[in-house]
Amino acid sequence: MSAPAPVVIAPTDASVLPAHLRHPTAAIGKWIGVSFTVLFLTAMIILPAANIFRQAFGISWESLRSPSQLVEDVKAGVPRYFQVFRMPEQDSSTMARPERRKYQSARAQAEKTRSAIGMTLGIAAIVVPLNLLFGLAAAWAVTKFRFRGRTLFVSLIDLPFAVSPVVAGLIFVLLMGRVGFCGDWATKISWPVPTSLEWQGFAQSWIPLGFSNWQRGIIFTPFAIALASIFVTFPFIARALIPLMQNQGTEQEQAALTLGAGGWRMFFKVTLPQIKWALLYGTILCLARCVGEFGAVSVVSGSTDPNDTMPLRIEKLWQEYNTQAAFSVASLLAVVSVMTLLLKIVIEKRAAAQFSDKKQEAQ
Amino acid sequence: MKKNIRTLLVSAVSALTLGSSLFAQTKLLNVSYDPTRELYEEINQAFAADYQAKHGQKPELQQSHGGSSKQARSVIDGLSADVVTLALGADITAIEKAGLIDAGWQAELPFNSSPYTSTIVFLVRKGNPKGVSGWADLIKPDIKVITPNPKTSGGARWNFLAAWGYAAGVAGRDLGDSAQLEAAVKAGKDATAFPVETNAAAREFVTKLFKNVPVLDTGARGSTVTFAQKNVGDVLITWENEAYLALAEYGKDKFEIVNPSVSILAEPPVAIVDKNVDSKGTRAVAEAYLKWLYTPEAQDIIGANYYRPRDTAALKKHAGNLPPIKLFTIDEVFGGWGRAQGAFFSEGGVFDQIYKTNQ
Amino acid sequence: MSSRPANILPGFGLSFGYASLYMSLLVLIPLAGLGLKTSNLSWDQFRNTITNPHVMAAYKLSFSAALAAALLNGVFGTVIAWTLVRYRFPGRKFFDAIIDLPFAMPTAVAGLTFGDLYGYVPLLARTADAQPWTFEIYGLYGLDVRDWCRVTVMLTFVGLPYVIRSIQPILQDWDMETEQAAMSLGAGPATIMRRLIAPEIWPAWISGVALAFARGVGEYGSIIFIASNIPGLSQIAPQLILDRIYDPIDPEKKIAAATAIAVVMLIVSLIVLLLLNGLDYLSRRHRA
Repeated sequence: MSAPAPVVIAPTDASVLPAHLRHPTAAIGKWIGVSFTVLFLTAMIILPAANIFRQAFGISWESLRSPSQLVEDVKAGVPRYFQVFRMPEQDSSTMARPERRKYQSARAQAEKTRSAIGMTLGIAAIVVPLNLLFGLAAAWAVTKFRFRGRTLFVSLIDLPFAVSPVVAGLIFVLLMGRVGFCGDWATKISWPVPTSLEWQGFAQSWIPLGFSNWQRGIIFTPFAIALASIFVTFPFIARALIPLMQNQGTEQEQAALTLGAGGWRMFFKVTLPQIKWALLYGTILCLARCVGEFGAVSVVSGSTDPNDTMPLRIEKLWQEYNTQAAFSVASLLAVVSVMTLLLKIVIEKRAAAQFSDKKQEAQ
Repeated sequence: MKKNIRTLLVSAVSALTLGSSLFAQTKLLNVSYDPTRELYEEINQAFAADYQAKHGQKPELQQSHGGSSKQARSVIDGLSADVVTLALGADITAIEKAGLIDAGWQAELPFNSSPYTSTIVFLVRKGNPKGVSGWADLIKPDIKVITPNPKTSGGARWNFLAAWGYAAGVAGRDLGDSAQLEAAVKAGKDATAFPVETNAAAREFVTKLFKNVPVLDTGARGSTVTFAQKNVGDVLITWENEAYLALAEYGKDKFEIVNPSVSILAEPPVAIVDKNVDSKGTRAVAEAYLKWLYTPEAQDIIGANYYRPRDTAALKKHAGNLPPIKLFTIDEVFGGWGRAQGAFFSEGGVFDQIYKTNQ
Repeated sequence: MSSRPANILPGFGLSFGYASLYMSLLVLIPLAGLGLKTSNLSWDQFRNTITNPHVMAAYKLSFSAALAAALLNGVFGTVIAWTLVRYRFPGRKFFDAIIDLPFAMPTAVAGLTFGDLYGYVPLLARTADAQPWTFEIYGLYGLDVRDWCRVTVMLTFVGLPYVIRSIQPILQDWDMETEQAAMSLGAGPATIMRRLIAPEIWPAWISGVALAFARGVGEYGSIIFIASNIPGLSQIAPQLILDRIYDPIDPEKKIAAATAIAVVMLIVSLIVLLLLNGLDYLSRRHRA
């Protein structure tokens, strides 16, 4: 739940007061302001983020004082980091029971972790495009037309910001749980997992294609995880588009139409190029939130291992005494969030460039 | 044309809903409580190999772990579990009440459908710096005790009742001895009055005990992590198996186990979720799975994971890790889970009252 | 449902229809279910559920910590936004960029690393002594001080970007000439702040604080890694909702109770956001 910061199109350099007009306290103000900002952001953001990678690679606090220890830690930590995701195959028949047990467990754990990564990506692949379509449609309706109930419609888009993720999960349990509104019915239907479509030949039925993986019910399946993820992420793209499209007005589209362009052609040739950066920005925020959602997903996942997404997997690894593995999976998500920030900066630059081009054209 | 489309739609929908039953189902979901992750991971691998050797088909086994009550509730809400292996009978009874498990499940398998037993012990830091030797030490003002929340965790309820039983002066017996076990079972069947429930000394003791609890995690595993990983607390009250696992995971140089003078016999039961297996077509493999838990191979795995096997050979083999402790059963002291749940852990029950006065 | 007659743009029906259908199916209908479930409760049952001492304590913790975190962010955020806009220093762009990290970082990851990193800081640590150290302040009475601090720090992280990102654009677009004029007329920094800058940024400031508050009230993923979860002392409201959803005895009753607890949270957040929209409307009218 976050109101995405709008793409800042204004020039980033605010002019600073000329020297002769600066108040004598200004230098003290600067000193206090800068040191506070640096300290606060270091404690609240940089250290916690760095700590994820420290733990993921098994670097102890002691090694920060002795370089030799650091080298040792990293040498041991890096292979362990990769073993979290893929445990190399070994011949287990010659191992003693405790070793064999450890090895088998590590393999099973790595498999579960990979499956969690797959689940997270799969959910994002379903949720983000759906929200993209919704964002475009909602922004188009809201910004290009005036209609009764428009304000209400816009406020409804903000609704998930007011809903705790846990409540979002609760809503779907209420709706589709066995004790919920749909009752037994919703727990009995079966649906095929799209990725399990495969050629099965004509032996079983006259349709040669079939699904090998069927899921039962809705709640506590990936279906519910996708629904809960949509619930918490659907405003992001619409929120990124609405302010921008509002400012752009409708003249250019109207001109395109008068020149004889069809509706879709107008949309792809005129509207889309204007909003592409904001669209990308909203999509990235939506993706980041979808990948990292914990509360809502944890309520509807039913704790089963195959339903784990990466954040759920982190909690489980943490509870299985596997601190390093928990932080290793967390480090992947941290990388995703850092990339989100980088992309945001790039997009802002591009958007600003596009904006100033337009200004020059206008002049 | 329109009719064709409708036929197509109808057949598509029925294909969606029936499709699953066309396949022989060997995908099994075992919904279990918190500390059994490692146990069932090992059991599942062994069972899958055994089943494949016998039936030629490798079953796909899936696990789900969490606080016992939470897990039961998920099954009631629609988690399509084939078998439930929970911490206590009350949670399976709740699923039975929801109409998913047929009555009489507890008689379907040997030993009241619990393939192993366990008990409640203490885990302390190495060298026992606070000198904890028994229950009485837990209410000393400078001791911090870690236990999960009985509202959400099955293990925590066993902890609570073990403490209550001790404080009420219940003697306990050596239940490894079959004559004494029989006597305990008989006492449980015959008992009609349970004065322990209203024992004032027990109430005072448990109230004091919970005053010493700084963290109530939602599950047994969460508590172990708090105690072992976050270094909070002096004593962890927990399952015997969970205590040994912590020793194995963190090393014997970090913690040691203290056996209390008397504790409770915990019998975590297992059951087939009849409604689910019947509609999924997994009854055969589910039954095979639960029966397999009583085989010598499974009992050996159970013992190796520090649970107390029912099989005497396996129990003997792992006896070094499972010393005799004087135990009492929930039936003889509290009149079974139905009564205990209502008196102690229901809304406004003893546990809620304790936390009202604690504030 | 009619667009202006002069508007010749196509696609209103399609876009509005699709957007409303999507939103109704996935958001409004599920949310209406919440309301329906609550209406099954009689008023007495509803009141009994939410006035249960443990529920009240959870509300106290969730709301007060979220408010404190939002206000902390209000103060710190203003200082940081001001610094980033007004002063040039090495690394400024870097610090400006990382402010959005709490938006992008999954809350579970944040909770994990915060618990690991700051679990041993004196005021935040759990280990100091056995007895809970409770507040004596009315309104927070009975809550555990250390847990309250831990939750507040966590929520401060979660809501960090809101205030900064709300007021930064305004400070950036700030017209320096007015300020220079005021200075040459002899106004000190305090006067400038009070008379010129504060009136300009306060609507954005309040909206940032309110968003941070609404976000903090519902936060769950990060808190479970740091909170002690003692009934009446240190349980957050979302955790209580989960305790109710996860209770297998009397599922119907428990889910109604969970819904009642959730509805109160929802109403408070909605009121905050509605006030916010009203404020936005007022300030726009004020400017126009």
